Amino acid sequence: MRLQIVKRSEDPPKWLPIATSLGAVVLAFVISGGILAAVGADPLQIYRYFFRSAFGSWGAFSDVMVKATPLILIGLGCALAFRMKLWNIGAEGQFYIGAFFSSMVVMVPLVDVNTTPPIVTIGLMMLLGILGGALYGFIPGLLKAKFGINEIITTLMLNYVAVFWNNYWIFGRWSDAGFQMTPTFPRRVWLPRLADLAKQNPFFSGMTLHVGVIFGLIVAVVLWYIINKSRWGYKINLIGDNPKAARYAGIDIAKNIILVFMFSGALAGLAGMTEVSGVVHRLQERISTSYGFSGVIVAWLAKLDPFAVVLVSILFGALLVAGREIQPSGVSFLIQGTILFLVISSDVLMRYQIRLVNTKKASVEEAA
Amino acid sequence: MLVPTMSVTENILIGLDKPKLALNLKHYDEEVRHLAEQFGIRIDPSAKVWQLSVGEQQRVEILKILYRGARILVMDEPTAVLAPQEADELIATLKGMASQGKSIIFISHKLNEVQEVADRLTILRRGKATAEGIGLEGITRERLASLMVGREVIFNMHKVDREPGEVVLQLEQVSAVNNKNLPALKNVDLCLRAGEILGIAGVAGNGQSELVEVVTGLRECEGKIWLDGKDIANKPPQVSIGGGLAHIPEDRIGVGSAPNLSITKNVIMKNFESEPISHRWQVNYTEAGRHAAELKQKYDILAPSVETQARKLSGGNLQKLILARELSSAPHLIVAMQPTRGLDVGAIEAVQQLLLDQRETGCAILLVSEDLDELMALSDRIAVMYEGEVVGVVDGKEADLNTLGLMMTGSMRGPGSCPPEPAAAGSQEREG
Repeated sequence: MRLQIVKRSEDPPKWLPIATSLGAVVLAFVISGGILAAVGADPLQIYRYFFRSAFGSWGAFSDVMVKATPLILIGLGCALAFRMKLWNIGAEGQFYIGAFFSSMVVMVPLVDVNTTPPIVTIGLMMLLGILGGALYGFIPGLLKAKFGINEIITTLMLNYVAVFWNNYWIFGRWSDAGFQMTPTFPRRVWLPRLADLAKQNPFFSGMTLHVGVIFGLIVAVVLWYIINKSRWGYKINLIGDNPKAARYAGIDIAKNIILVFMFSGALAGLAGMTEVSGVVHRLQERISTSYGFSGVIVAWLAKLDPFAVVLVSILFGALLVAGREIQPSGVSFLIQGTILFLVISSDVLMRYQIRLVNTKKASVEEAA
Repeated sequence: MLVPTMSVTENILIGLDKPKLALNLKHYDEEVRHLAEQFGIRIDPSAKVWQLSVGEQQRVEILKILYRGARILVMDEPTAVLAPQEADELIATLKGMASQGKSIIFISHKLNEVQEVADRLTILRRGKATAEGIGLEGITRERLASLMVGREVIFNMHKVDREPGEVVLQLEQVSAVNNKNLPALKNVDLCLRAGEILGIAGVAGNGQSELVEVVTGLRECEGKIWLDGKDIANKPPQVSIGGGLAHIPEDRIGVGSAPNLSITKNVIMKNFESEPISHRWQVNYTEAGRHAAELKQKYDILAPSVETQARKLSGGNLQKLILARELSSAPHLIVAMQPTRGLDVGAIEAVQQLLLDQRETGCAILLVSEDLDELMALSDRIAVMYEGEVVGVVDGKEADLNTLGLMMTGSMRGPGSCPPEPAAAGSQEREG
C-alpha cells in the first residue's frame, strides 16, 4: 500500500474546509501532546487542566470571551482586507492608536467626564477609537493606492510608531505618579460589565465580560452582510480575485483600497477602545498582548469567514486564558503555532486528494 | 524562450555543455551560420535577440532545436505572431526541413495554412481524434471544418451592405507610451461610424494593444478621443462604459473575467450597480442569477450551472460569457481585440456572427485582429498599424492579402485615415 496525491478535478465538497480545519485543530493537540510527553509531562493532565481553566466555569468562560473580544474585532477587520488581498498586518498599531484616541476623551479631557452622561462619553470614546484606527489605516491605504507602496512593509513599520507614540503620552504627559500608565479612568466611562449586575444577581459577581463582545458579534453580522450581499462586498471580492478585471469593469480600485484599509483599521481601533474602556480602564504599556498579530492568524484560520472568525477567536481566547494558568506559559503558544501550521498546510487538501493505492494490485495491472 | 540581451549564437548555446571553458563565439557563430544555410534560414548569428523581429526570433527558436540535433519538431500555432509574408517564409523553411528528413508536427486552427503545409493530417475535437493521419488529396475546407466542429460551418458570413451612420468614435493625434515607457502610438487619427466595422491590422506589438487601452480608458495618452462627441481620453473606464462602450479584451482570463468567481458574478461585472440587479447598496443575487441564466441560454454558454466558476469554462465558452456581458448592455461602440483567437471553428463562427449582428443594429465596431482573413471578411474598412502609426486605411472590399502584408511590415503606405466627411475636415490629414 502507498499514498498517492492526485490533483482534484472537481470542487472539493462543501463540508471539507470545515472538516480539515477541525481536523487540524485536533491534530495540533495530538502533536503538541506528543511534544509535551517527550519532555516528560503528562499531556492528558495538562489538557484537562487547560480545558477546566478555560471552560470549567462561567467565570472562566467570561475571561475567555474578554480575551476573544479584541480578537474578533481585529480578525474581522483583517478578514475584510485579506479578501481584497490587502495584507494589513498593522492591526496592532491601529489598535494602539484607537486606544489612544479614545483615551483622549478622558485625559485631554475633551468633555467634562463628571457631568456628561456616561453614554455620551462612552459613545464619543467609541467614535474616536474608530476614527483613530481608520486614520491610521488611511496612511498605508493612501500610500498603496497612490504610489503602489507595499502595504506589508508600511503597516508593519507603523506598528512600532504607534507603540512609541503611546509610550510618549503615558511616560511623559499622562503618567500617573511616574508609572508608565495613565491614572485609572473614572468608573462612569467604563464599558458596562456583567459584574455590574452582581448586586441584582450574585451569579455575575467577578465576571469581567463587557459589552465590547456584543460590538464584535454585531460587526460579524454586518460584515457577513457586506461581503455576501452588498455592492461594496461584490467590488471587494472582484478586486480581490482579479484587480485588472475590476479596473476594466470600471471599479475605482484606489478608492476601495483606501476604504477597506480604513474599515479594517477602524475595527482594530474599536478593539483598542473596548480594551481601554472595558478591561484595563486606563491607557498603559502593553495593553495588547499581540492581539493585532493574533488577529491576522485568526482571520487566516477562519478562512476569512466572519462567523468562523468569532469561533476561532474564542478558541484563541481560551488558549490565552489557559496559558496564564500553566508554567511554562509557552505551552499555549506551542499549540497555537501548531494549529496555524496545520491549518495552512491543510489547504493542500482543497486542491489535491490523497488516495490509498494498493501497490501489489497496481503492479499486477501494469504487468497485464 | 530567448534571452533578449544575448546574441543569437549565445541563445542557441544556452544549456549545452559544449563550450567548456573558453567561449569561442566566432567558431560557434560560423557553425550556426552553416546550419542556418543548410535549412535556408536567414539570420545573423551575432545579432542581439532584442534587435530581431518576432519572425526572426522564431527562426532562432527553430535553429536552437535544430542545433541540438532534434529530428521531430512540434510547433503550436507558430504563425499567430507573423505577417503573411513571414508566415510564407516559415512554411517554406518547414517544407525544406521536412525534405531533409525532419518530422514536423504543426498545430494550427487556420485551415488554409494546414492545407498548405501538411502532408498528413490529424483532427482533434474535444480531446479525441476525429481523423487520423489522413492524406490531403480531395479534402475540402468545408470537410475539414465539419470534422473539427462536428457540424457544417458557413464560411461566407452573411454581411449586408449598409451606409454607415454618424461618427461614433474619433481619435485625433493620439499618442501613448507602452509599459516600458517607449512610444507605442504616434499621432494616430482614426474615425469610426455607426453601423461600421473598422478593422485594425498589424503584426502583434505594433501598438494595437495600446490603441485599445487608450480608447477604453485603461492607458493614459495625449490627444483627443471623442465618443459620441464627448472627449474620453484619460478618463477612467467607468466614463466610457457609461457612454456605451463595450470592450472585449484580448486577455480573457487576465482582464475579461474573474476566474474564481461564478458565471453570475462575472456577467454582472458592469451592470451590478443598476436596477434590477441591485437596489441601493444591496446586490440582488436572485435577480443576478436569473439574468445570468438568461444570458447563458441566449449565448449558448456550456456550463453545469450559473454558479460554475469562470475558470472552469473552455476558451470558447468564456469568450461567449464576455460577449454576453458586453453585448447585453446595448453598446454604441464595441472595441474587440482578437475576439476569435484560440477558439475552434464553431466558436469563431458564432463570435463573428454576433459582431455582424451588432453592426446590423447600428453599433460601431473597432475590431483588432491578427487574422487577416477575419478582418477582410468582417470589416468595412481596414486600418493598418506599423510601429505605432496608422500607415493606411483601405476599403474592406478592395483589400488584398499582399497589400495588407506589405503595409504591415512597413514597406508600403496607404491612403489617409478618414473618408471625406465634415467632422474630419478640421483634423490634420496624414501624408500618404
